[in-house]
Amino acid sequence: MKPRHPVFWPLAGLLALVLLNAVHDLGFLKVTLLDGHLYGVPVDILTQGSRTMLVALGMTLVIATGGVDLSVGSVVAITGAVCAVLLQGGHGLTLTLAAAIGTGLLAGSANGLLVARLGVQPIVATLILMVAGRGLAQLIVDGQVIIIKSSAFEYLANGFLLGIPFAPLLVTALYLGTHFALRRTALGLFLEAVGDNETASRFAGLAAARIKALAYIFCGACAGLAGVLAAANIRAADAYRAGENMELDAIFAVVVGGTALTGGRFVILGTAIGALLIQTLTTTMYNLGVPPAIAPVPKALLIIGVTLLQSDKVGRWLGGLMRKKAAT
Amino acid sequence: MNKVSAWVSRRLPLLVTAAIFAALFATAAHFYDGFFSARVFISLLSENAFLGIAAVGMTLVIFSGGIDLSVGAVIGFTSIFTATLIERHHVAPGLAWLLALAAGAGLGAGMGGLIYFFRLPPFLITLAGMFLARGAGFWISTDSIGIGHELYGKISAYEWVLGGAAVPASALFLLAVMLAGWVVAHHTRFGRTLLAVGGSEQSALLMGLPIGPAKIGVYTLNGLCAALAGIVATLYTGSGNPSMGIGLELDAIAIVVMGGTLLTGGRGHMLGTLLGLLIFGTIQAAILFDGRLSSWWMRIVVGLLLLVFILLQRLFLRGKRG
Amino acid sequence: MNHELLELRGIGKKFPGVVALAGVDFTVRAGEIHALLGENGAGKSTLIKVLTGVYQADAGELRLAGQVIRPTAPKDAERLGISTVYQEVNLVPSLSVAENITLGRQPGRLGFLNWRAIRRRAEAALARLEVHCDVDAELGSLSVARQQMVAIARALDTSARLLVLDEPTASLDEHEVAELFGIMRKLRGEGMGIVFVTHFLDQVYAVSDRLTVLRNGQLVGEYATADLSRLALVGKMLGREVSAADFTNQAAAPAVATAPVISARGLTRRGAIAPVDLALQAGEVVGLGGLLGSGRTETARLLFGIDARDAGEISVQGGPVRIASPRDAVRLGLAFCSEDRKAEGILPNLSVRENLIFALQGKRGMFRALGRAEQEQLCDHYIKALRIKTADAETPIKNLSGGNQQKVLLARWLATRPAVIILDEPTRGIDIGAKQEIEQLIAKLRDDGMAVLFISSEIDEVVRNCSRVLVLRERRLTGEVAGAGLNSENLMHLMAGTHEG
Repeated sequence: MKPRHPVFWPLAGLLALVLLNAVHDLGFLKVTLLDGHLYGVPVDILTQGSRTMLVALGMTLVIATGGVDLSVGSVVAITGAVCAVLLQGGHGLTLTLAAAIGTGLLAGSANGLLVARLGVQPIVATLILMVAGRGLAQLIVDGQVIIIKSSAFEYLANGFLLGIPFAPLLVTALYLGTHFALRRTALGLFLEAVGDNETASRFAGLAAARIKALAYIFCGACAGLAGVLAAANIRAADAYRAGENMELDAIFAVVVGGTALTGGRFVILGTAIGALLIQTLTTTMYNLGVPPAIAPVPKALLIIGVTLLQSDKVGRWLGGLMRKKAAT
Repeated sequence: MNKVSAWVSRRLPLLVTAAIFAALFATAAHFYDGFFSARVFISLLSENAFLGIAAVGMTLVIFSGGIDLSVGAVIGFTSIFTATLIERHHVAPGLAWLLALAAGAGLGAGMGGLIYFFRLPPFLITLAGMFLARGAGFWISTDSIGIGHELYGKISAYEWVLGGAAVPASALFLLAVMLAGWVVAHHTRFGRTLLAVGGSEQSALLMGLPIGPAKIGVYTLNGLCAALAGIVATLYTGSGNPSMGIGLELDAIAIVVMGGTLLTGGRGHMLGTLLGLLIFGTIQAAILFDGRLSSWWMRIVVGLLLLVFILLQRLFLRGKRG
Repeated sequence: MNHELLELRGIGKKFPGVVALAGVDFTVRAGEIHALLGENGAGKSTLIKVLTGVYQADAGELRLAGQVIRPTAPKDAERLGISTVYQEVNLVPSLSVAENITLGRQPGRLGFLNWRAIRRRAEAALARLEVHCDVDAELGSLSVARQQMVAIARALDTSARLLVLDEPTASLDEHEVAELFGIMRKLRGEGMGIVFVTHFLDQVYAVSDRLTVLRNGQLVGEYATADLSRLALVGKMLGREVSAADFTNQAAAPAVATAPVISARGLTRRGAIAPVDLALQAGEVVGLGGLLGSGRTETARLLFGIDARDAGEISVQGGPVRIASPRDAVRLGLAFCSEDRKAEGILPNLSVRENLIFALQGKRGMFRALGRAEQEQLCDHYIKALRIKTADAETPIKNLSGGNQQKVLLARWLATRPAVIILDEPTRGIDIGAKQEIEQLIAKLRDDGMAVLFISSEIDEVVRNCSRVLVLRERRLTGEVAGAGLNSENLMHLMAGTHEG
């Protein structure tokens, strides 16, 4: 059991990265108030990173149950498409949002059904929607990139509330709400138990299948909302590119944040930090003038570095080193 | 249970896949004129040759209980790497190919080493490998490069004439690699070790099987396969393109699963992968023939087929446990 | 044949914080079946691991047929002629029988396999054991007993001189055990030395020539089986003198007969248990006795809703109920402490506290969460009451010893205040001190009015703790013993099916 708080490493990584940027260009940390709105690189990171944070929130619960959801990127594309079509058809914002989140819930239920009731392996089960999803999104928009001309809709992603960008506020509220819901009720314990030892959980009287399904449904809803934000951000539904690599970023955020891929204990705060870490990395690359196509390379190195640090073997090496240091 | 029914029971997934392929092909032949021809059948192989080659390596990786998400990126990298060497640095194709194969194998070995020695999850590590390879490819060049070397022209034009049909070089490469894959999987100690590791790693450990060489070896071999697929892709398209193969790993996994191989490892047949490829190709060809359906239906149909196969696999496993 | 095949002298093995073996001698002759016995923590499995190369001894030496050996890995030991068959058949279920037998040493050239030779070798290995099965069949489709035969065939394929069988009979029924013994005797006749690790005393007396007893990492002694009585053997294992009085019933039956708290009629499931009737009153401890494979755990699982029953009715407090899952059972006031605490009991990475309150929380549901203070209160109470040894309630339960883990699991169920509790092998793998504590606890639960269904494979334990025992044999209820007739002898007769009248 690590004596440190689980968010130590991701937080340290984030701070190191921020420091690196600040050293390179002091303007990195500058936040200004213009026209009653906050601007600056840190603000951008929070805004742009809010979608990944959202998807990663849902992913945290799924991974806690010992599973994974590869379909979130496709769900983002599908819900973006749904929004565009409905808004284009003149429907109201409330209906559109309800439909989008409903689509996310539906996707999550489908995954939950396959994994929890039919016992299909999570990677395999969610692979289906991952493969078929983009095709579905294309089908909904009939292959076009549909422009969304609704300022109310756009506000969700690009608007400001009391000077602070709305999207990060919304996501932060969701994080807090989720944290309280999980810890005030026994759901957090149940999720961790199912991930730690599903058989024992069932034998102790838990409806394990229902708990697992809930995780996938919640993940689907998060992805659905993220799809809304993504479409609102670019004011269009791009079924081809929307949510690209989002599942990978989300999984990465969760793992970096201290939740093990094998399931069990989860760290929601860690996930948030992990998502911000990825976003900061992307921004750093952009600032350093690294061509966007190559930007994934440092992400790759970071994944390898983080998983190495978290692995047992390296943990024992480091432990041995610490003990040797203490002995001298 | 007599010998025949025992054999059928063991080979059930393979038979089901074969039946589904036959049914799909027959349905397409029924609806589209000219579908039922040797030319179309051969095109199923030649159009998707590089996907099929990548799937052979992927089959072996999945046998061992692992997964490799980097193959599409390696294909992209290999294609632009080869093209750049040949066109910009005037390296002989043969040497360029050897270097490309070495690069693919090297990446595979690196990933396999991390996965084995540090017990890191293959999913994440090969994901990192995917990012690395894709990034490296774009770093070499962001645009595609056409290959005008005469050897390329000759190979692309080559066809083996069999009866009334002409089999292009890409299809021949595919069949050769499939055959090699089949031999490795079913007639070498290495192949059987992979299945043992995927079936029960703990047992394999206690049996004293060489798990390290097997795991590192299979990722290396898969990297080699992916690089080979990239080379065949350049032969097929006559150019190198860093964007080639985006999303291909998913198709490869789908093909392997449709072929009856369990994603958890330990169970499967190389012939299944060939059948899976044929199913994939049939759907693609049918969509083309139809002309009315847009290309994204491909994704939906593959997704649906995956669902069907996965549910069938569950039933099969449940039956076994009884 | 009387020469020493295997000689271990003065073997010592230390791990950080614990001495697993100290000065242990162990000798096996060619052409003999030698049993290795010891309670939990005696050092049996460590000794076997040293023998098979998984561990290297810190002190002492190993000799095989006179030559000094130092196996560094299982494959190394195999090469030297020591083959092991483990309790969990460590083969690959998705591969064929022939492949499993030859895996790792398949005949072939340059890495290419010769399938015909593989089949022939497998068939020869099986023929040597006089076992018949289709070598192309998938291993996973065979019964556990058959799979074990294949494992033995594999061990033989390496021209082993010494065969180590580690708890081979744990999952076998009576008939299969007899088959296994037949094979063991045959191999003994061929000059093989067999190490038979087991805790079933009956089996030791049935098949072994000599036996060695370990206790607390040290050698207690080596004896010819025929020269040591069962009573004396148990005494050696426990380190105390045992008298006949220890094995007669001491449990009190309920003073007044009342309506049963739970009763089942015609409970059955194909392949698991033939229709069985049972009933428990409040304040009574009823035992479910029988050999392994007789259907005791299966019966409990049906009662608790883990497995679906084919037929039969269950009534709780007089009213018929439907128990389709453990969740239903818990809601009705039942509790079930599984025999496999690692796979079915503990939540390893969660804390002692979370493990302890878990069933209670599950019963209350998601929304009525127990407050932290309430949880800590519960933990304090049970840690004290059951004398659970743990640094604090926040330690991950996997860090606790087996006995203490078992106590936490017991506490988990007791916290739900069940009317009926089913204990399946509650003292398995636990040292003698903790065993006594648990037995005392059971008596207290009985006195407090709980109905206890007690399952154990140790007859003496069953006799000691229960006022009434239902005996199962080969998956059917074969009899019930209570009162004066409740003693080891009668139980054994019922279990063996040798009762008169």
